[in-house]
Amino acid sequence: MSELIELKNISQKAADMVEEGRVHKALYSDPEIFEEELDKVFQNTWVYIGHESEVPDAGSFKTAFVGRHPVILSRDRKKNLHVLLNRCRHRGATVCEGRKGKTKAFTCPYHGWGYGLDGGLRAIPKAEEYEGVLDKNDLPLESLRHESYQGLVFATFKDDIEPLEDFLGGAKKWIDLFVKQGGGYPLKVLGEHRFNFPGNWKIQLENTTDAYHFPIIHKSFISSLDDATADIFDFLDGDGFVEDLGHGHSVMVMIPDLVDLEDDLDQPIPERFEDLAQALRDEGQDEEQVKRLVRAAHGTGFNLNLFPNVSCSMAFFRVLRPVSAEVTEIQHVALGGEGAPAPFNRKRMRLHEHFQGPMGFGTPDDGEAWERVQKGSMAGKDGWILVNRGMENLHTSPDGNVAGAVCSETGMRGAYQKYKQMMAAEGEK
Amino acid sequence: MTINTDLLNKATAFIWHEADLLDHKEYQDWLSLWDQNGLYIVPADNSETDYENTLNLALDDADMRRMRVARLESGESVSAGSVSGTVRMVSRLRILEETADSVVVRCAMTLNELRHGNLVSYPADVEYRLKPTGDSFVIERKVVKLMHADGFLRTVSFIF
Repeated sequence: MSELIELKNISQKAADMVEEGRVHKALYSDPEIFEEELDKVFQNTWVYIGHESEVPDAGSFKTAFVGRHPVILSRDRKKNLHVLLNRCRHRGATVCEGRKGKTKAFTCPYHGWGYGLDGGLRAIPKAEEYEGVLDKNDLPLESLRHESYQGLVFATFKDDIEPLEDFLGGAKKWIDLFVKQGGGYPLKVLGEHRFNFPGNWKIQLENTTDAYHFPIIHKSFISSLDDATADIFDFLDGDGFVEDLGHGHSVMVMIPDLVDLEDDLDQPIPERFEDLAQALRDEGQDEEQVKRLVRAAHGTGFNLNLFPNVSCSMAFFRVLRPVSAEVTEIQHVALGGEGAPAPFNRKRMRLHEHFQGPMGFGTPDDGEAWERVQKGSMAGKDGWILVNRGMENLHTSPDGNVAGAVCSETGMRGAYQKYKQMMAAEGEK
Repeated sequence: MTINTDLLNKATAFIWHEADLLDHKEYQDWLSLWDQNGLYIVPADNSETDYENTLNLALDDADMRRMRVARLESGESVSAGSVSGTVRMVSRLRILEETADSVVVRCAMTLNELRHGNLVSYPADVEYRLKPTGDSFVIERKVVKLMHADGFLRTVSFIF
C-alpha cells in the first residue's frame, strides 16, 4: 500500500488512508493532512464550543476554539447568545482573554476599539481620522452561525450547513437521556479539568468509543473501587453495545441499567452512595427524591460520541481541540444540577476528581496509552491501525442502525467513514 | 518584626521530611504524617477557597489518599510506572498563623518530574496547616497551588 503515500493530492491521500476496517498510521502525524483536516473537517461542520450554563447571565462570556480559531461565546443584555471571532477588526489583537467571566464590552487593549456583547463595533478612539474611510457598522466582530440543543452550543464556519438538529439526528435521543443526570434540575457545568497529550486528536476521538481498553489500562482505577462498583465496571461480557448513529456519531452503552436515569428508581442505595443519601436525608429530602438524586449521581451508562470534537461521556463532557498533528488539548467538563442540593453536586465533583483530569485515577493511564500510540505509530514506513474489531458480528438496532458488541470498534468505523467522506470532498478554495 | 525561628525551623524540618518521603516514594510513611481528617488539595482554580464546593484537580480525604497511594504502588498503573522520578525543592517558608493547636505555613515549591526522558517542571505555592504533636506535627491541610493550575497540564502520576 506504500503507493498511497506517494499520491500528490493530499485530500485524496487522506481519504484513501481510511478503509473499512483499518486506517493508515500516517493520519496521526502527517502535518499536511492535519492542515487539511482543519479546513475540511473543523471549518466545515458543527463544532461544540460550550454549554449554555457556562454563560448564565447577561454579560457572561467564555472563550473557546473552533479548530484553530479563537472564539468568544457571549450572552448579550437581551440574553441572546453570540459566537464571535476573537479578533479586533483593526489590527487583529484578541479582544477577550481568560477562560470565562462577565463584562459589559469587549475592548481591544491595543487602540481601544470597543465592541458590544453582540459583537457590534461601538467605540473608536479619535474617530475623526476615519471620516470617509470606514463605517463602524461594517466592522463588527465577525460572528459564526450557532445553534443549541439541550444547552449544548455548537458553532460553524459553514453558513449553509444543515440545521444542528439534523446534524445530530439519531444522537438527539441520547442527548435527551444524558441530560437526565441533572437529577430533575437543569444540567449545569460545575468546572473543568484541562490537560494535553503529545498525540493526534483522532486518538482521543477513538478512545471514547473504545470499551475494550477499559479493564486493561484502567485496572488501577477498578482496584480502587468497592466490589459492587467494580462489578458494574466489568461490562465487557454484559449486554452493552455500540451503535453507529450516522454523521460520524455513535453511542457505546456499557451499563444498560444506567441508560435511563429516571427508570428503576426503587433500587437500593449502593454502598458508595450511602454518604450522599444520608446527606440528602439530613437536608430534608424525602426518600423518593433521595433515590432519584442518587441514581442521577451515577451518571449515565453510555458514551455518546459526537463527531468531531465532543463526547457526552457517562457523567461529563470530553472536549478535544486539535493543536497540531501531534498535540491535542482536552477538557473534562464536570456536570451537576442547577439549583440541586449541594451534597449532590459535591458528590458529582468528587466522582469526577476520582477518575478524570490530570490527577484522576483514570486519565493519566489513558494519556500514557495515547502517547505511546503516537510514538509507536512512527515505527515503519508503512503500517495500519486496526479498527475492525467485531466487524463480522453486527446486528440492526431497534432504531435501524448498525450495531455491534460493547467492545466492538463500530463507533470508530462510523467516525472514520464520516472523516473519509469529508476529507474526500473538494476544498472550497 | 520578630520571627519565631524555633517554630520556623521545626516546621521547615517537617516539610522537608515530607518532601523527601514523596520524592523517594515512601508513601506509607507519608500517609502516617496526616491527621485522620486532613485534606490534600490541588485546586483547579487558585482563586477559590471553598474547595469542597468546587471542582479541584484533587481533593483527597484519608480514604482517597490511601487509594491514591495504593494505585501508585500497585504496579497496575502504566503511567505511574513511566515516572522515572521527581525532585522537588521547597523554600521561602513563612509562618502565616500560629496558635496553640495550629500552625499555617506557606512555602514555594518547584517539582521536577522526569517521564519518558522529558523533564517537566511544576512551580507552586504550597500552604500547610499543621497540628503540633509534641516534638513534631501532623498535617491537617495541604493546598498545592500550581502556577499553571488552570492551563493545560500534563497528566500526573505522582504526589505533589
